[in-house]
Amino acid sequence: MTDLLVDLLLVVLILAGGGFALVAAIGIWRLPDSLMRMHASSKAGTLGGSLLLFAVAIGVGELDVVARALAGVGFLLFTTPIASHLIARATYLLGVPRWEGQVRDDLEGRYDLAARICRAPARSSASLPPSPAKAD
Amino acid sequence: MSGAVTVAIWFGWAMIAAAFAIGFARLVKGPHLPDRIVALDMLALTCIAAACLMVLSSGVAAFLDFALVVALVSFLSTVAFARYVEWVALRRARQSKPPPLEQADD
Repeated sequence: MTDLLVDLLLVVLILAGGGFALVAAIGIWRLPDSLMRMHASSKAGTLGGSLLLFAVAIGVGELDVVARALAGVGFLLFTTPIASHLIARATYLLGVPRWEGQVRDDLEGRYDLAARICRAPARSSASLPPSPAKAD
Repeated sequence: MSGAVTVAIWFGWAMIAAAFAIGFARLVKGPHLPDRIVALDMLALTCIAAACLMVLSSGVAAFLDFALVVALVSFLSTVAFARYVEWVALRRARQSKPPPLEQADD
């Protein structure tokens, strides 16, 4: 009975992990610009790798293998967001053409590449809360 | 390992092979430098997945170390590439007439 459950879990984890890796690849091929491709690969790819590492931890079941697999999952979850954030920032700074259907760009005009600074967003007076009226 | 797990591992190999082929096509085609970096990152993740499948199908736990090493190297190389792209962007900002983006990755 336990063997059957472990096998079922292994089948689900392996198929889901491989499927997420395939989804990441399809996203990289189909999505229209670099930032969207980065989004597809980082999220789906992390999930695919983590699910397969979990499958290894469950399928082998020895203590050292489980420890290494869980360390790998933690490492993937820590590093992939950092790496994809860095790529996204570099992509934005390089000014690669973006999808023409993009509706807003909050960083528009805020980066000054010559001075290497990013300005704070300009606040319109309408969005500021009304200043409290001074008593007396 | 029962028969169902073996069949699932074969399906996993098929999906990872397809993912590798598609990612490699984007690596070759990718019109700009960031597309290629993203494709390389995804290929490294596919490589980790393939190493995990290899552990499951052969039972040799040493492939797990290979997966961890690939994860480390892919993170470091991605960070280095991102720094390089940022450097290219800053240099292009200083140039009065920057070359077209297709040639930005010299």
